[in-house]
Order: sequence, then structure tokens, then C-alpha cells
Amino acid sequence: MTTLRWALADGWTVARRDLIHWRNQPMTVVFGITFPIMITLAFGYLFGGAVRVPPGAGYFDFLMPGMYGMTMLFGLSATMVAVSADAAKGVTDRFRSLPMAPSAVLIGRAVADLLHSALVLAGLLACGLAVGWRPASAGGALGAVGLLLLLRFSLLWAGMYLGLVAREPGAAVAVQTLEFPVGFLSNAFVAPGTMPGWLGTIAEWNPLSSTVAAARQLFGNPGWGGDSWVARHPVLMAVAWPVAITAVFFVLSVRRYRLLDR
Amino acid sequence: MTAVLARGLRKTYGTKTALDGLDLDVGEGTVCGLLGPNGAGKTTAVRILTTLLRPSGGRAEVAGHDVVRRPREVRRNIGLVGQHTAVDELLTGRQNLELFGRLHHLGAAAARARAGELLERFGLRHDGPAKDYSGGMRRRLDLAASLILAPPVLFLDEPTTGLDPRSRTEIWRAVRELVAGGTTVLLTTQYLEEADRLADRVAVVDAGRVVAEGTPDELKSRLGGDRLDVVIRDPERLAEAAGIAARAAGGPVESDPDARRVSAPVADRVKALTEVPAALAAAGIEAEDITVRRPTLDEVFLTLTATETPAHAGEERA
Ligand SMILES: Nc1ncnc2c1ncn2[C@@H]1O[C@H](COP(=O)(O)OP(=O)(O)OP(=O)(O)O)[C@@H](O)[C@H]1O
Ligand SMILES: [Mg+2]
Repeated sequence: MTTLRWALADGWTVARRDLIHWRNQPMTVVFGITFPIMITLAFGYLFGGAVRVPPGAGYFDFLMPGMYGMTMLFGLSATMVAVSADAAKGVTDRFRSLPMAPSAVLIGRAVADLLHSALVLAGLLACGLAVGWRPASAGGALGAVGLLLLLRFSLLWAGMYLGLVAREPGAAVAVQTLEFPVGFLSNAFVAPGTMPGWLGTIAEWNPLSSTVAAARQLFGNPGWGGDSWVARHPVLMAVAWPVAITAVFFVLSVRRYRLLDR
Repeated sequence: MTAVLARGLRKTYGTKTALDGLDLDVGEGTVCGLLGPNGAGKTTAVRILTTLLRPSGGRAEVAGHDVVRRPREVRRNIGLVGQHTAVDELLTGRQNLELFGRLHHLGAAAARARAGELLERFGLRHDGPAKDYSGGMRRRLDLAASLILAPPVLFLDEPTTGLDPRSRTEIWRAVRELVAGGTTVLLTTQYLEEADRLADRVAVVDAGRVVAEGTPDELKSRLGGDRLDVVIRDPERLAEAAGIAARAAGGPVESDPDARRVSAPVADRVKALTEVPAALAAAGIEAEDITVRRPTLDEVFLTLTATETPAHAGEERA
């Protein structure tokens, strides 16, 4: 019991380190919040006219849930950068040489990154409301936000694992570059039905697609629909995917962290 | 009491052997210097002793606790200044020390008070983030961060590499104060002078094992007594001077044309100091300097580590 209490207390101390970073470097946070907003505005006002949206939908009603999902996806490399930078700079080793709870390093990273993503998501939700996007009901909106953060939570562990494997921040650039194609290969911006057959199938099975489709459904925003099994069960899959990703990468991350002494 | 003990410590990475049966005994309250060329295994030894790495074989105890079986207890008793400075660069010095204080399970007020003390003691009253600190300040902050709970055993892995002489002296002074207060220190260094100044005992490590151990004086006398150095004015006459020095020498004479110096081990320092100057004068060779001195630890080090593995490639992990 006290072990668990210390793990949580130490985890919070480690997470607070990030909160102090934000206070020390507010511009980094501001940029983190404005980056997805700028992309959204660029998509909405520059490309909006040229993109086909579901019949009868306003462009932002369609676009926003996709952007929310993309923003969660970007968290993958953010976590990876933070974890690998701490490893490369020896901060992780310093933590490991202290009598603190070993799990606190991972717990702290998880809490800090989830808070950061929640903040960025809040900024983007505000942006959405400002440009005319509207959720149908408060309850549905809450559920959608929950599913978005659930996806982010699962990507946390994937990012941690990758960061621990890479050990240097340079490798995160590769993951960062891959996030866009992975994001585009989903239903976030384009209907998978318009893609070549096999690409469309991959896009439908992309975990991001399930979360975005579920968010659209819960926000009451227009989506693509689709006849395949995944497309017809977005909410179920928006829970199942993150749970599966978390189960796999939580175990891998913890194992990898334990193996740092090899 | 032994504060740090290692017996047959081994560490292999695949086919590469980083430690090959390292033995170490560091008495409580003493300073042990680990000397060795690049890639000798110094950092590996420190990382095993501080529970960051698991040995492939052998055993080690720190403050009476086995490093593999009781890592928590070991961590409660040590401070570590790693080879590369490990502070949070986005936090200020104070924020760093408070963070590490909290992680040592000090309460908020105690952590703040301790941070204040350490900042004062190490001259770190500076408000910016640690990334704006000079190398010397950052190293002092690193040292301060490892002293939160005044640990009984302190590990320093090349604490002054890359520092200017003033910063180096400041670190040395801090270490001496700690030792005076009863702390046991194990330090690795590339600077022989550092070991000479700080260490009670020195262990010379090469290719993962201790090849010589003793006080700096013992190691120096093991190399064979005093050395005669003669610096002459005219480099053309270096060979002649070497011939003269050879008459008083008890071993091979080394000539260094760039420094216009000949150097040789001598058995009888008085004889060397009277006969060599006379012989040089008789030959008309003008001497700029003639001294008899103890060998430096550098010479001991080069002699000891050159014999073992001549072409020792000092690769390092990124
Ligand atoms: N993770 C690793 N994987 C493979 N080899 C390693 C690893 N870490 C260290 N080594 C090797 O083990 C040997 C000892 O390394 P170590 O860092 O302990 O040397 P060192 O004495 O501290 O050297 P330096 O003076 O350069 O710091 C080196 O040959 C190094 O290449
Ligand atoms: Mg080293």
C-alpha cells in the first residue's frame, strides 16, 4: 500500500516537473496549442472549398473531429521525444539512482503528457466552437472527448516504448514524419471508400478512424458511414483499439524500462 | 569498514567484455581514484555500483548492501555524479534541487530549505534555466543534486572533465570538504593530478580489471624511485646530453627534442645532482634546468597501461 502511495506521489512529482517546464517556457506551450489550430484554419479556409465532405455537412462540422483525432496522434512523437531526451541527457539514469519508486518515471510521463494533450485538445475545441463547429449534446461531447483522450492514453505507452528503444531524440523525427501519412490514411479527412480497395481497408482499420468515427457519432457530426464491420462499430472499436494498444505497449514499456540495467 | 566492495565483477555486452573480474575495496571515509584509459571500464564499474547496470558476474556491495539484491538500500546511501551532467536543463538550479529533494521523499518545506542550502554552498544563485549555466556551474549543480541527503558514499565519474582550472579547483574543494565530513568517495578520472590530489588510494583499471592498486606514492615508487630531468639550451646537443645522463641513470634515458629535455630514472639523487651538472659543464653543454623529481602519476599510468593492451581502442557507447 505504501509502495503504491509512493509510486503515485513520486509520479506526481515527476509529472510536475513538466508543469514547471510549461511555466518556465510558456511559449512552447502556446506553440503546442496554436500548431493544430493553425493547421485546422489552413485546412478549413484554404482547402475547405476543394474537399468533398459528406452530403449536407458544413466543412468544419466534418473537419473538427478529424483534427481532434490527428492531434491525439501527434502526441505519439511528443511522448517519444520527451522519453528519449530524458534517457539521452542522463535524467532517467539520475531518477533510477534515487531511492524513489521506479514506476514513478513512467507514471509521471503519462500524467504530464495526458495533461498536455488535454490542454491542446481544449484549445482546439475552443477553436472549433469559434469557427462554428457545434456538438449536438453535452453528454455526447463528453463521451467523444473521453474516447479521444483514451486514444492519446494508449499512444502514450507506444511513445514511451519507442522512446526507450530509441534512447536519442533524433529517431523521433522519423516517427514525427510518419504521423502525417498515418493520419491521412484514415477517415479523418477523406472517405476510405474513395481510396483504392486495399488502402481503404487499411484506412478503415486504422485505430484513428475508429476514434474519429466514434467522435463524429457522439458529437452528432456528419461522418462517412460505411458498410464494413469496423465502420459500423466505431464506438466499440474506439474503446477496443486503445485498450489493445495499451495492453501491448504498457507491458513492453515496463519491460523495456526494467531492462535499462542490461 | 568497507564502503564499496567488488569481487570479480564482470560485465559483457554480447561478445564485448567491459569488465573482466574487477576487484575493489574502498574503506569508509576514504577517497578511491579509478584511473584508466578510454574504454577501460570505469563508467561501467560506476554504473554497476550505483545499481544502474546489472553485472554479468561477480558481486558488489555498497554501504554493506548488495547492489543486485538490495538496490533500494544502496540508492538510499549513495550520490552519483555521472560522466555526463544529468540535470533538467529547463528547470532552474533551485527547481532541480527541489525536484530531486522531493524524490528523496523530503517534504515540500524541507526540500526547499535543502535546495537553498546547497545553492548557497555551491554558489549557484542564478535564476535562469540550467541550460544557460556555464559548464562549471552545471557540474556544480550536478554535484549539489547528488548531495541532497548527504549520502555516505559518493560516486563521481570524471567530475571535472572539460572544466577550467578554477571550476576544477572548486569541485576539488567541495569533494575535500565532503571527505572531511566522513563521506566515502569513489571517483574516476582521466586527470592523474586529480587522483594525486584527492585520492587516498588509486586503482589503475585497464581492459576491465585492476592492474595496479595502492597509494599514489606507492604507485610512483613502484616505477623506480626518482627521475632526473635535464633541459638544455641547444637542441643539437641532445644526444650528447643523453649520453652524460646515461652515466648516472638506473634505466633507459628518454629524450624529448621538442622540450630539449632528457629524462632518466636515477638510483642516487645526490650523485645525479652533483655529477651530471659537472659533466655537462665540462662538455660545454649549457643547461637551462636540472631537476630530480618523483615520477608523475602520468608516467606510472602510461607504464602500467601500455604493457597490458598496447592498441586499446577506446570506443564509447553513444
Ligand atoms: N551499452 C554498451 N554496449 C556495448 N558496449 C559497451 C556498452 N557500454 C560500454 N561498452 C563498452 O565497454 C567498454 C568499457 O566502457 P566504459 O564506458 O566503462 O569505459 P570508461 O573507462 O568509462 O571509458 P571513458 O574514459 O571513455 O569514459 C568500452 O569498450 C565500451 O565500448
Ligand atoms: Mg567513462
